[in-house]
Amino acid sequence: MSKDMRFVYVTYIRSTPEKVFEALTTPEITRRYWGHENVSDWTPGATWEHVRANEQRSVELVGKVVEHSPPSRLVITWANASQAADPASYSRVIFDIVEYESMVRLTVIHDELDPGSGMAKGIQQGWPAVLSSLKSLLETGEGIDVFAKPIAAPHGSRA
Amino acid sequence: MDADRVFKALSDPTRRRVLDLLCERNGQTLGELCEHLDMARQSATQHIGILETANLVTAVWRGREKLHFINPVPLHEVYERWVRKFEHHRLALLHDLKTELEGGNK
Repeated sequence: MSKDMRFVYVTYIRSTPEKVFEALTTPEITRRYWGHENVSDWTPGATWEHVRANEQRSVELVGKVVEHSPPSRLVITWANASQAADPASYSRVIFDIVEYESMVRLTVIHDELDPGSGMAKGIQQGWPAVLSSLKSLLETGEGIDVFAKPIAAPHGSRA
Repeated sequence: MDADRVFKALSDPTRRRVLDLLCERNGQTLGELCEHLDMARQSATQHIGILETANLVTAVWRGREKLHFINPVPLHEVYERWVRKFEHHRLALLHDLKTELEGGNK
């Protein structure tokens, strides 16, 4: 199966490259806007884990650190923890941070995705919420609830 | 991001069509997009430029090809700011109405 699917997400954040980079790689910060901790020592070749920040602390995603160049670039591989043994299940995520006057342009490129996969579907819903929440945290000190679901209309009312 | 730019970009049917096209298939060239747009290449370029300014479309070069990707992050921010908030409000109103009709107000 061809793994040629790619998504590009961009957000502008009133912050510094150092703070944005720190926010991607520090568990205590990622849990505040992502609901998960990104855990690794971040040396190239090391593993990283995406750990749900709750009591179960389930490892949901895993991958390797490909490039770690603070504060401008981070490249990791990315797979469901349940598929960690399957090399074909890994996609790639590139974080690119560029300073823009008083802002930072954060680009997230998620590529090498299998078009039909659950991961390709999942990340399309995930990244916009995560990046909005990161922006909100760094600009206002508060993340948003990335697990929020649309509110169901009360019984009997018109949607 | 500048919400005015996002709303302005969304206020035109051609630009919404471009977003739909990229939603169907992400990473298209200008030529590919133009096949589905009934207008001159130059006009299409202008529309795409407005989408890029609003950060709704991101262009990435691959070799000599310029590929366009939809960037839904500003739309999510609009949703957070302009939709979610009012859903809460609307539901609270319905709740009050229900309470009143059912005689909950003594």
